[in-house]
Amino acid sequence: MASDYTAFFLLQDPNVRLVLAGTILIGIIAAITGCFTFLRKRALAGDAISHSVLPGVCLAFLFYGEKNPLVLMSGAIASGLLSLVLMEAVTRARLARPDTAIALMLSVFFGAGIVLLTAIQHQGNAAQAGLDKFLLGKAASITREDLQLIGLSACIIVGLIAVFFRGFYLISFDEDFAFSIGFRVKFLQFLLSVITVWTIAIGIQSTGVVLMAALLVTPALSARMWTDSVVRMVFIAGFFGALSGYVGAFISYTAPALPTGPWIVVSATLLAGISLAFAPGKGLVSRWAVHQKNRRKSTDENILKLFYQLIEKSGGAQHGLLEEDLINQRSFNLQTLRTGLKRLIRKGLVVQLAGVYSLSEAGMSAATRVVRLHRLWELYLQRYLHLEPDHVHDDAEAIEHVITPEIEQMLAEELGYPDKDPHQTNIPPETL
Amino acid sequence: MIIQAKNQAIEAHNLTVIYNKKPVLWNIDFTLPLGEITGIMGPNGAGKSTLIKAILGLVALDSGYARVFDKKLDEVRDKVAYIPQRQSIDWDFPATVRDVVTMGRFQSKGLFKRMGNEDRRIIDEALSQVGMSSYAGRQISQLSGGQQQRVFLARALAQQAELYLLDEPFAGVDASTEQSIMDLLVRMKRAGKTVVVVHHDLQTARHYFDWLVLLNTSLVASGPSEQVFTDELLRSTYSGKLTVLSRVGDQLRDRNFPVRENGK
Repeated sequence: MASDYTAFFLLQDPNVRLVLAGTILIGIIAAITGCFTFLRKRALAGDAISHSVLPGVCLAFLFYGEKNPLVLMSGAIASGLLSLVLMEAVTRARLARPDTAIALMLSVFFGAGIVLLTAIQHQGNAAQAGLDKFLLGKAASITREDLQLIGLSACIIVGLIAVFFRGFYLISFDEDFAFSIGFRVKFLQFLLSVITVWTIAIGIQSTGVVLMAALLVTPALSARMWTDSVVRMVFIAGFFGALSGYVGAFISYTAPALPTGPWIVVSATLLAGISLAFAPGKGLVSRWAVHQKNRRKSTDENILKLFYQLIEKSGGAQHGLLEEDLINQRSFNLQTLRTGLKRLIRKGLVVQLAGVYSLSEAGMSAATRVVRLHRLWELYLQRYLHLEPDHVHDDAEAIEHVITPEIEQMLAEELGYPDKDPHQTNIPPETL
Repeated sequence: MIIQAKNQAIEAHNLTVIYNKKPVLWNIDFTLPLGEITGIMGPNGAGKSTLIKAILGLVALDSGYARVFDKKLDEVRDKVAYIPQRQSIDWDFPATVRDVVTMGRFQSKGLFKRMGNEDRRIIDEALSQVGMSSYAGRQISQLSGGQQQRVFLARALAQQAELYLLDEPFAGVDASTEQSIMDLLVRMKRAGKTVVVVHHDLQTARHYFDWLVLLNTSLVASGPSEQVFTDELLRSTYSGKLTVLSRVGDQLRDRNFPVRENGK
């Protein structure tokens, strides 16, 4: 087994090189084409088309009698396009809504394909062996002839996308505008459809009709997490597609009994999972970190505010506070309070001496600001949103943490630099 | 009351558009003046947006034709800029403000020609005219409604057209943005451009527009604002659909009749 791995990674076996080149190329063009499927929100239609190429493959085989790659590919493209045309015709004639039309074509074509496949297998024609590999894909079955066809198709497809990029980009964003400036929208749509069907047709050998749609859309979804530019998205998606193809070839080589499609799709999905989790800004981890940061900020500011209130209540007499004083006042849980205090000490806002906590000068001014914002906002709510004084507190509890100095300035100005909040407590003046 | 404009930017002749077997526009016949700001007004569902789309050829006409600058639209497309409704596109699309404004140059560049320095200068200029220069690199998903509208306007400015068709540019836009958009439209008019705006706020209509079109499936009025903006005409535009017309429309749909005898 170990020697299998080395043989694969060192690319010693020419057959490995062949299969690898095939799956990687397919991964790349599926991902690039898929970016437009994704941006035009046609993922489901893509799935229907990929299922719909099966009867075309079978019929092409029946007529030709052997598995010639070009013939099978032509059959696949023809039946994929037919399903697409029927989908649109059914929708346009208002016989069914788009989602129904998509589901209908998917099941009708795929069903027909399975029937034909079964019929062929019962014919006893030896040449049909391996035709069932088109269902779930088998990368190891890629031949030199296949690779030539894949390579040629890939060049043409990538070339077309590069040349017509501006058109594809604009019809993905705003079809009406594209039409209004005289772009041939119908033609561009058709060309993009042909490219999509073609991509699917050459991809089914490694990935299979059942899962091809995933290879179209998943890398695009992953790439979208990492960038906000369509051009970069296309490149990143292509990279993810290549990686998925690589994994597929590896599995197909080391475990020949397994279909490749599911593995390609599993690795594409894994990459999507990583992207959804870790992409900066949009990823879950990133969002969680922001959430945590906000919570910490709220806690810290709430503790500071508490200091201020206790000092205010004692008429300025009490400065040092014990942990019990703080915990009794507010619904902090002890753990939150302690970590909050530790953070504030680290920031130099709170000083601790023999179990007695007090605010530093900087801490006092930060605390004053939070209280000021809270009370300014309460007053704003009362005056402009006409809320009763007993209804303004909860809202201010949240808003006090997000008001920026600029908004603070606007707020104070708008309210005429007030000194009393709706509860007739003092609004502390701005600290410097 | 239908008054013909002296210098015509747009001429609509007998326009009829049918959606789902029911007329949305019925026999619209008017002319709009060159170098003025025209407002198209009418209640919800009156066919205001459809009228603009019909002029642009975005919807199929069931009868009639529209001419722009006395030519077929296809001959003068490069002189016409269309600003669709803001809600008509997906603002989560991966693009920056600058990317969208750059689309305004696609018309003169076609599908293949590269953007040059002149294009970049025009794009910068368009961004600064709508006050969005400092947002050029921002993702469009992060814009407010008013900012989105200004980006669309900048894209139209970058087209350097003669006729601007705006579909509800003030919908969901704050008062100060509305004012700044209006100021810009007036500046465009002074520069000799023709502006057509789909609008629904009666309060502001009178002093925004030089020319008014009142629409409720059929044309109620078209003429200079001061003559068209009368209680009587507004009432007949807004007091529900013209009852008989709408009943006939229902009949056409229910009995599956074409609006033109030789139509589809």
